[in-house]
Amino acid sequence: MTPLLTVEHLTMRFGGLVAVDDVSFTAEQSQITSIIGPNGAGKTTMFNCLTGFYQPTTGQLTLAGERGDFLLERLDGHRIVRDAGVARTFQNIRLFTGMSVLENLMVAQHTEQMRASGWSMKGLLGLPSYRRAEEEAVHLARSWLDRINLTDKADWPAGALAYGDQRRLEIARAMCTKPVLLCLDEPAAGLNHTESHELNDLLRWIKEIHGIGILLIEHDMSVVMGISDKIVVLDYGKKIAEGTPAEIRDDPRVIKAYLGEPEEEDLPDIVAADLDLDPGAR
Amino acid sequence: MEYFLQQLVNGVTLGAVYGLIAIGYSMVYGIIGMINFAHGDIFMIGAFHALIVFLILGAVGISWLPLALLIVLIVGILLTSLYGWSVERIAYRPLRSSPRLAPLISAIGASIFLQNYVQLAQGARPKPLSQMVSGGITLMESDAGFAARVSYIQIVIVLLTLALMAVFTWLIKGTALGRAQRACEQDRKMAALLGVDVDRTISLTFVIGASLAAVAGLMFTLYYGVIDFFIGFVAGIKAFTAAVLGGIGSLPGAMLGGLLIGLIEAFWSGYFSVEYKDVASFGVLVLVLIFRPTGLLGRPEIEKV
Repeated sequence: MTPLLTVEHLTMRFGGLVAVDDVSFTAEQSQITSIIGPNGAGKTTMFNCLTGFYQPTTGQLTLAGERGDFLLERLDGHRIVRDAGVARTFQNIRLFTGMSVLENLMVAQHTEQMRASGWSMKGLLGLPSYRRAEEEAVHLARSWLDRINLTDKADWPAGALAYGDQRRLEIARAMCTKPVLLCLDEPAAGLNHTESHELNDLLRWIKEIHGIGILLIEHDMSVVMGISDKIVVLDYGKKIAEGTPAEIRDDPRVIKAYLGEPEEEDLPDIVAADLDLDPGAR
Repeated sequence: MEYFLQQLVNGVTLGAVYGLIAIGYSMVYGIIGMINFAHGDIFMIGAFHALIVFLILGAVGISWLPLALLIVLIVGILLTSLYGWSVERIAYRPLRSSPRLAPLISAIGASIFLQNYVQLAQGARPKPLSQMVSGGITLMESDAGFAARVSYIQIVIVLLTLALMAVFTWLIKGTALGRAQRACEQDRKMAALLGVDVDRTISLTFVIGASLAAVAGLMFTLYYGVIDFFIGFVAGIKAFTAAVLGGIGSLPGAMLGGLLIGLIEAFWSGYFSVEYKDVASFGVLVLVLIFRPTGLLGRPEIEKV
């Protein structure tokens, strides 16, 4: 079976800086594939290549979903989500803050609705098919609001929601585009323990019920280790490891990338003294 | 009192026309953050379409007024929105990622082009249209014999404007298209990532603006009975003033601004001097820009970080 997403030799250069360097991996349907790595490892750059923000310098990104095969680097803007079915969220939340919570979920269903409502012209003429399309969109939006416990806040402006609610709303909004691949950029950032636990449940539920592939960038290891089926580790733009959570946890290259080389003997005296004085901090 | 009432009626009528044009400015500004300087000329094109279709209908003998009005309205809107669409396609879309000054210049170019195009095609002389709707209702008559009248054409203009604004408000608030427009206004890139075709949404914004301008052009033709290729300039600038006065980007603001500019003009002409009525409306613009740069209903600009 062909994987849902195949990334082959992806390289992204900004002038002299190589942000992503010859990375290849695959992501499967009904699996959560996490991408981890220290800050500046090129994780978000890779997402930007996948979702059409950047044109990769070299490499091929193939998506083989139920809607057919697509070369993501050849699609631009709205085509990525409309045709190929790749949705994403952002590290810094990008909701339409001035619009209501419900409307945020309705905008995500724009493509289908425009088609069903004849560019809103059928609504202008008062045809029943317009109202049906509108009702279906509201129905889907409501079911997601139920799932993320925001039903009572449906008419709030999205900007007025609490931080954790905004995070979940952004995921629900991405899901309302009915994607085959969901890319989440640090969904647990800024969440407290309970909230990130709820997030784990939500992502697992999406994976199982909707059967779509999830690509996850995350720093919170309790999330990553808890729900990933596969982990890809990046460091300075290069892929240094790939495997199950258990394999990654014990991989010496990963430990090195995160914690540095164990070379305490070479530390300057003053630092070594500090480390000795405060063993509790380590 | 009769005199006051008469100016009020005139001002509201004028304001309705300005308001319809102002919405076009405000909507385009809302979605792409730029002023469409060719919008006044789209209004002028709309007026010419109305005139031409009226003359054709007269020639083929359709003289029952409601039917003639309906045909002029539909044909005028279709043809004029084609011009609005073309302006976006030619003057704005190729420059979408250029510095802001470039599309500004190309829009002014489009404006000059449209003026000269109509001048060449239709001639420079003012075109008259014989009065289509006559008569009216006398509201109040003073002892001196001055009567405040509201003509049928004024009633038609105000009612048509109200109906259009209702439809338009519903379009923006309640339809998928309106939601997409508001989403593009806030975050174009994010809207694209949710499957909204941003280019098409912007095109449709221009088309909606142009169709409202077409209706304004029709009203202008009916009301004044004389048009020429240059009417778009002054009316456009006035409507732009209205949009700024109401708060550019805000649609209720555009309607309110149009109404205020219409009233200011009517009362100034009525009580002071007709020659200086433009000074009055632009004077208001200056005051608004000094004391309330965001306009009456505009939101203060918040820098995005």
